[in-house]
Amino acid sequence: MAMGLFVAQLLTGLANAAALFLVASGLSLIFGVTRIVNFAHGSLYMIGAYVGVTLMNVLPGHFGFWGSIVLAGLITGLIGVVIEMCVLRPVYKAPELFQLVATFGVILVIQDLALMIWGAEDKLGPRAPGLKSVVRILGEPVPQYDLALIAITPFILFALWWLITKTRVGILVRAATQDREMVGALGVNQAWLFTGVFFLGSALAGLGGAIQLPKGGADLLMDLNIISAVFVVVVIGGMGSITGAFLASVLISVLNVFGVTYLPQSTLVLMYVVMAVVLLVRPYGLFGREEKAGEHGQVGEPDRPIRPFGKMGMALTSLLLLGLALVPFLGSSFAQVLIVDILIFCLFAASLQFILSTGGLVSFGHALFYGGGAYAAALLMSYADTPMEVAFILAPISAGLLALVVGWFCIRLSGVYFAMLTLAFSQLGWSLVFQWNEVTGGDDGLVNIWPSAWLSDTTTYYYFALVFVTAGILFLRHVIHAPFGYALRAARDSARQAEATGIDVRKVQWMSFALAGAIAGLAGALFVFSKGSIFPNELQISKSFDALIVVFLGGVKTLSGGIVGATFLEGAKDWLIRLEYWRLVLGLVIIFVVIIAPDGIVGTLRRLGERLGLRRQEEFMR
Amino acid sequence: MLEVSALNSFYGKAHILNDLSFKVERGEVVALLGRNGAGKTTTMKSLMQLVRPRSGQVIFDGTRITGLPAHKAARLGLGYVPEERRIFSDLTILENLEVGRQRPREGAPAWTLEALFELFPNLWERRNNRGKAMSGGEQQMLTIARTLMGNPKLLLLDEPSEGIAPVIVEQMARTIVRLKNEGLTVIISEQNLHFARMVADRAVIIEGGEKKFDGSFSELEKHPEIRDAYLSV
Repeated sequence: MAMGLFVAQLLTGLANAAALFLVASGLSLIFGVTRIVNFAHGSLYMIGAYVGVTLMNVLPGHFGFWGSIVLAGLITGLIGVVIEMCVLRPVYKAPELFQLVATFGVILVIQDLALMIWGAEDKLGPRAPGLKSVVRILGEPVPQYDLALIAITPFILFALWWLITKTRVGILVRAATQDREMVGALGVNQAWLFTGVFFLGSALAGLGGAIQLPKGGADLLMDLNIISAVFVVVVIGGMGSITGAFLASVLISVLNVFGVTYLPQSTLVLMYVVMAVVLLVRPYGLFGREEKAGEHGQVGEPDRPIRPFGKMGMALTSLLLLGLALVPFLGSSFAQVLIVDILIFCLFAASLQFILSTGGLVSFGHALFYGGGAYAAALLMSYADTPMEVAFILAPISAGLLALVVGWFCIRLSGVYFAMLTLAFSQLGWSLVFQWNEVTGGDDGLVNIWPSAWLSDTTTYYYFALVFVTAGILFLRHVIHAPFGYALRAARDSARQAEATGIDVRKVQWMSFALAGAIAGLAGALFVFSKGSIFPNELQISKSFDALIVVFLGGVKTLSGGIVGATFLEGAKDWLIRLEYWRLVLGLVIIFVVIIAPDGIVGTLRRLGERLGLRRQEEFMR
Repeated sequence: MLEVSALNSFYGKAHILNDLSFKVERGEVVALLGRNGAGKTTTMKSLMQLVRPRSGQVIFDGTRITGLPAHKAARLGLGYVPEERRIFSDLTILENLEVGRQRPREGAPAWTLEALFELFPNLWERRNNRGKAMSGGEQQMLTIARTLMGNPKLLLLDEPSEGIAPVIVEQMARTIVRLKNEGLTVIISEQNLHFARMVADRAVIIEGGEKKFDGSFSELEKHPEIRDAYLSV
């Protein structure tokens, strides 16, 4: 390979690292102090880009260009402050999952607000005055602006380093990272310290968005596009480490550029492979420190003791099942198809709820096993001429095996790192399916995956799905009430105590992860045969997030939460999507639920029932 | 200086402090005595507003502080040294001290770095070391110094003698006496009666979150049954 090309690509990679580093360092900083993984950080980056491009079109010349970038950073910082004060302050003491879901609500709101303000069309970023041409380096053209970015990045790194290590604010920030309460007891107003850090972190994201304008412009997808790369960077570098964020940004950006040239089929996969490898060797990232589970506010109200259904519960469940069994006699075939969709989503959500609540393992990549099961069935049908029935049975088994492998890696970590690693694996799976055209059909998916003749009738398949979904959910319920479920909950509530009473915590968690994966795979198999096709989007991040949101809306603490949430969202979706700004509505609902009714639908109803005296109140000591 | 009246604190549903009332005069050193689990640490945290008392009030130097956030209590001149020390272990000693720094305050001794390093010479030698590389005694010195950087009027010392070597305990006692001579008001919580007697003017004994005794050490001497009932000997 020519030396010139190599150097040119290296330089492009370094230039790309600039924006990534800005965004990642902001996220890392915010996480370090507030212990909140701000999913909306990509949205702040997008805001920075839009504000920047708007300002650049108004302000002229050199001053206008660079001034716009700085102003975009400041404005984004202020928007971050608003988010911090309105959405995050009420949830600082809430369990991690609630915080994540709240920031996810913010993403949705910002997406629609951006659509309202700037419209759907992509905005082209203006080129930097005076830096519009290219320089020849070893014969290869390198944009001047890239060189400017490469020159600027070390200054930003230095400025941040100076701020963090040498100033009083930096000392307070580092102290608060370790022990917020003590910092408060020493007379420092933590609320403002948090807000200040949020301002800085958001401003960095906005700066990142504005500074990449000449290279990338602004569009409505850039928030989610950057966020997974940013997470990878922050996790590789170590949550909370600025230096780590810098090195990882450079590593990922350079790798990406070379990946595009030499392994165009694997560009998406590469990043996640690197992350998985780093986490295998250093579970807390290059510069990260060990994270103790439950260190940051996983203590909510203690879980209620689970009980078998009373007569009332039995009766209601039977009634519901009876009602569902009668649907084909009353409803249209459209209703049956809709209900099958809902049922499948319920099973998927229930499997996530199981691992999340009973297992205490917040997985961000659960769609991997749903999609995994679906693809397993589809691949078996397409390539091995497997009979549908066999493929259907093998699908959950394959998903379970996949979860066994993925779980082996992930269970070693806990908290945020566990969540990130599951996310990485699901992205790995998605990019594999997306880019391995020859086998998976890539974006075109796999089609013609229909059930056998005896099942092909809508009503028959409806009953088929109903039986399997019901069985799956009852099975999960049974597991929760079995000794295995007790062991799992013991491991969740106090890993050390559980270990001391003779429970192999890792193994129990690992097995439950595999079980949840298998059940998700069953849902995936039901899905693929109901649709006759499968596409990569079934194992995308957004699918995992849908399930998380559903479980959350329904109520995290009970199995029925996932089911109620899934029914609610699938049912409301038809109606919701008709609205022009449905994301805004959904986002606001999510934020509202997190702040006002954090027990979700089921928990809130239960509380209401107790207050009205319909249900026995349960006493517990803390 | 400090007036605590009918304080009730809870952890969840567990009632920890039960109508606790006592007073501390300016310049006094008061020892809060009691066994493990008697409610000493909860009392300290309730004074500092790290635990929100459910009822009752704390008047500090004429200001009602119950219900204020902890940092406001600190800014009024209440200094808190926690039992677990809670050093910022990633920060150097100088940086730890910087976190505690507040402006000098009227009616309270003003501390400078020099004065503190004179008081705790060990800290000077290790000023650029990180907190995690310190012994228990040094950590205890550092937490006290860190709180003194805020120039408090009233110092809350939660079990300062716990878990440190006997030699250091003596040094600690001398330090507390010196702080008193500088004009600082101090509340120390203790299980160690001997240590408390060395430094304090008065004893408040609590058990099960209730006050059982309030008086001088000579008075306590006259009632060995109180000592036997509420203190481990």
